[in-house]
Amino acid sequence: MLKIDNLTAEIGGKQILNGLTLEVPAGEVHAIMGPNGAGKSTLSYVLGGRPGYEVTGGSVTFNGEDLLDMEPHERAAAGLFLGFQYPVEIPGVSNVQFLREALNSQRKQRGEEPLTGGEFLKLAKEKAVLLKLDMDMLKRNVNVGFSGGEKKRAEMVQMGILDPSFAVLDETDSGLDIDALRVVGEGINAIMRAPGKAVLLITHYQRLLEVVKPDKVSILSKGRIVMTGGPDLALRLENEGYDAVMEAA
Amino acid sequence: MTGTLDLPTRRDEAWRYAAVEKLRAGDLDSWRQIDVAAGETLRELIVISDENAGETELVRLRVNLGDDARCELFGVIASADYARVEVEVTLGRGAHFEMGGITVGGRDTVREFVTHVVHAEPEATSNQTVRSVHWGKGTGNFLGAIDVVRHAQKTDAAQDFKGLLLEKGASVNAVPQLEIFADDVKCAHGATVGQLDESARFYMAARGLSPDLVRRLLVQAFIGDALVALDDEEAHERLLHVALDKLDKHL
Repeated sequence: MLKIDNLTAEIGGKQILNGLTLEVPAGEVHAIMGPNGAGKSTLSYVLGGRPGYEVTGGSVTFNGEDLLDMEPHERAAAGLFLGFQYPVEIPGVSNVQFLREALNSQRKQRGEEPLTGGEFLKLAKEKAVLLKLDMDMLKRNVNVGFSGGEKKRAEMVQMGILDPSFAVLDETDSGLDIDALRVVGEGINAIMRAPGKAVLLITHYQRLLEVVKPDKVSILSKGRIVMTGGPDLALRLENEGYDAVMEAA
Repeated sequence: MTGTLDLPTRRDEAWRYAAVEKLRAGDLDSWRQIDVAAGETLRELIVISDENAGETELVRLRVNLGDDARCELFGVIASADYARVEVEVTLGRGAHFEMGGITVGGRDTVREFVTHVVHAEPEATSNQTVRSVHWGKGTGNFLGAIDVVRHAQKTDAAQDFKGLLLEKGASVNAVPQLEIFADDVKCAHGATVGQLDESARFYMAARGLSPDLVRRLLVQAFIGDALVALDDEEAHERLLHVALDKLDKHL
């Protein structure tokens, strides 16, 4: 589904990704863990196509297509969802308007009919209930005045509404209390655990992985994948730390 | 008109950023007098759009507000090479003047709001919000003078301008000018200029919105501030539409 081959990328002339190779087939939840500064967020932004993140080598194919050749909005329409570590506040634009425009824009790019206002609201309510987010929050401006936890839940409501086939979730667990972590984790399972879908789950902690059980865990260090294992690798990292695990290898 | 009137030059403070070369004498003779009787409310909408505008458009209003009268003025300037909406307001005791103005434009157009609000009696309030969105070599201006006379105590006047430049080469000018002779007053003014927020643009693109849609939504949010006080939904939609239509045409 997603195939990253020998990817190198830089920001402002500084190389961050250093020959990163990773394959995530459909049906897989693949956790990426790694120390601070390893390039985890850079990987997610490069996959999303953020301006300023320059790919200098390698390739990324998504369902056989050249992902790097697409504009950010085209990547979204192709089924890629990027969950932000720090969701952006957009004063003056309501969640409902933003998401309806986004969904219909994606549908248009895919040659599908737009949803009517009524159809959209029904869908939005369903996903808000799933993520235990008050529907009134969706009438408010995008992320404005939301707490850290509410922003992350709103991200997952967005994911539920847009229904992507592939989600790159960048530290979706940061800023969540234990209860919210469970709600968000179960939301990820409900939305993304389906045939033909896959998740790249970037996280620092084992806790989220107890709810969203990964099929594989990889360690990202100095801009490349240095180790891949099963779910037990995350546990070992939690107990022993990155240095010890990587040295033992 | 015979052209005997002297045309203003840029040396005149109130015409400092105007496209004075586009003026003809007849343009200046366009003052309209509006009197709002004590306790009455008047709402005035000004729309300068491709549908009604020539090369030069001047709208000049003199508004007298009686005691406790209210005037709401909302305007969009989205057409003409040079367009100027100029308003002189004199407020009676306890009166209120509310203004929301929007300028949009590209090419080498100049579009401006020029206001002169006189708090002539105590306890009057005024609130002016202007938003300017420009591209190409377009220019948007807001020149806002507020006078508070000596006995106009408990005056509460506010003026807020924000400019959004979509392309290099566009410009906005804000000239607040406050003359306050009373001592128990509140007068606030603010002016900022910026560009579209990069992180918001990427965030919205990552959800599937094309660059044009992103710009439209962000500009809509930006200019919406100027129409917050307009509670007539149909008028609200109409003014917004005129501004966003110009943005879509990108002329």
